[in-house]
Amino acid sequence: MERMQKQPVFFVWALILGLTLWALIFCPAQIQARSSAKHKCQTLQIKGSDTMVNLGQAWAEEFMRLHPTVHLAVTGGGSGTGIAAILAGTCDIAQSSRDLSQEEQESAKAANKIIMETPVAWDGIAVVVHTANPVSELTVKQLADIFTGTIQNWNEIGGNDLPILVLSRERNSGTHVFFLEHVLRGGNAKGTEEFAQTALMMPSSQSIVQEVETSEAAIGYVGVGYVTNRIKTIRVARDHNGPYLLPTLDAIQAGEYPIARPLLFLTLGESQGDIKSFIDFVLSPAGQEIVKALDFVPLEK
Amino acid sequence: MKSSRAYLNRIFEFVIEKAIFLAGILSIVFVFLIFLFLIKEGFSLFRTYSIFSFLFGTKWYPISSPPQFGIVPLLLGSVAVTLGAILIAVPLGIGSAIYIAEIAPRWLREILKATVEFLAAIPSIVLGFIGLVTLAPLVKKLFHLPTGLTALSGSIMLAFMAMPTIVSMMEDAFTAVPKSYREGALALGATRWEMIRRVLLPASASGMLAAIMLGIGRVIGETMAVLMITGNAARIPTGLTQPVRTMTATIAAEMGEAVQGGNHYFALFAIGIVLFIITFLINVTASFLVRSQRK
Repeated sequence: MERMQKQPVFFVWALILGLTLWALIFCPAQIQARSSAKHKCQTLQIKGSDTMVNLGQAWAEEFMRLHPTVHLAVTGGGSGTGIAAILAGTCDIAQSSRDLSQEEQESAKAANKIIMETPVAWDGIAVVVHTANPVSELTVKQLADIFTGTIQNWNEIGGNDLPILVLSRERNSGTHVFFLEHVLRGGNAKGTEEFAQTALMMPSSQSIVQEVETSEAAIGYVGVGYVTNRIKTIRVARDHNGPYLLPTLDAIQAGEYPIARPLLFLTLGESQGDIKSFIDFVLSPAGQEIVKALDFVPLEK
Repeated sequence: MKSSRAYLNRIFEFVIEKAIFLAGILSIVFVFLIFLFLIKEGFSLFRTYSIFSFLFGTKWYPISSPPQFGIVPLLLGSVAVTLGAILIAVPLGIGSAIYIAEIAPRWLREILKATVEFLAAIPSIVLGFIGLVTLAPLVKKLFHLPTGLTALSGSIMLAFMAMPTIVSMMEDAFTAVPKSYREGALALGATRWEMIRRVLLPASASGMLAAIMLGIGRVIGETMAVLMITGNAARIPTGLTQPVRTMTATIAAEMGEAVQGGNHYFALFAIGIVLFIITFLINVTASFLVRSQRK
């Protein structure tokens, strides 16, 4: 009985202590952050696409080395998260791997905000399977059938007798939306095709790579930057007449690889000041060199 | 002099009393406001989407046009993971609590109690990460599955998270059984096991049930670990070795994408209401059970 009475007292003390600590640690930081944002305007928030987060980070590091007075904070969360953030005014640049959806355009209009799109690089989406999988060529139509669940066994497309394990990105991912519209719906954004209910929704590209590495039945899609030599990349063709292509630099820049997309920076209105100089840096040869170094595809050769 | 002092004291007393009263009812106010907000946002969905297709629809395609917000697969996903976790955690928890309360020597008891409570302090994302790297491959290999990201992996992981709640609550229930019961049983010639089975367990039955209920509450609300480890395929599960998508994981995974004020956003809040109602019922049942044991 004595024990039972002691516990709440202890809990209350812990709570008080915890709250005090919290106040001590966070409040000054918040005040500081707010005042510095007001007076110097030098912390730029960049948020959005998980595909672009490493790229954004690399650009930011190089830019901060060149301009020590500017601080850039890059976070992921998905293209949708970034777009929501730029509409809510909680970030300065949204990184997005897709265009605004109709709903997002409407809510931008409702808030009287003009979103500017700047393409900053290309991304090819690689379709990946286990290294032991004998299948190495697929058309976009076959991919659509696999991901919608029409084709359910690898032996229907020349592979082993093995049920296909379909891996998709989560719905907050720009890659998910792009793949849905350009592969499953064949470019028709109003289509009704859907990912199979049995498709696993993976929280990150890295987790898709990990799962494909270990499962012979798996097929998934990731940005070319995530491809490693422990997984196999499928050659993809627009239709059965070919050509079957890997997502290489040349094939994407020439517009021949069927599943490629532009990566975008979204800003509110015409960009100015540090935001503009950062975008200029990204589009400069030095910025595009970083694109190449991270296995994405630069805008031009 | 004396009277003004008494007067001051009375004011002081009054202020403190009211301040404490305010602090006391704050939690009620918070719960009420949260529930109100949930209702307001969640019910906005039903202005344009039928509540019937929400509760009984079997397809969750929130970003299609037209979208489908059927939560049956999500609800059953949560149920599957929770059921699995409870099946694992309850027998382990009962054994562990009996050992701690009745059998372990005093020094070991203290160590065990502290360790079990420490288990509760491990952040769920850490457990989820460890589970993703170690448990999922193991489940895949043991059951010859195409993937280890299944309800079963989630259940095992969540069983670890429910254990601290279940063990410490049950241990409390056992300790609350009067000593005279035990002594009486032993004096009548019962063995220790007979005493535990025939006297201790029946006497603390409602406390044990309460512990299980709170364990369920802990499991059904857990998010990060299940998001990482259950595969998140929104289909109706027919077994524990399949990928499932839980209600919590759906909210966590999709809230970034949902446009504020859109139907998808409202649907996530509607899921929130369902979750809230479930945990509320569980907690009410648990506290009812605890009270019935005290009597």
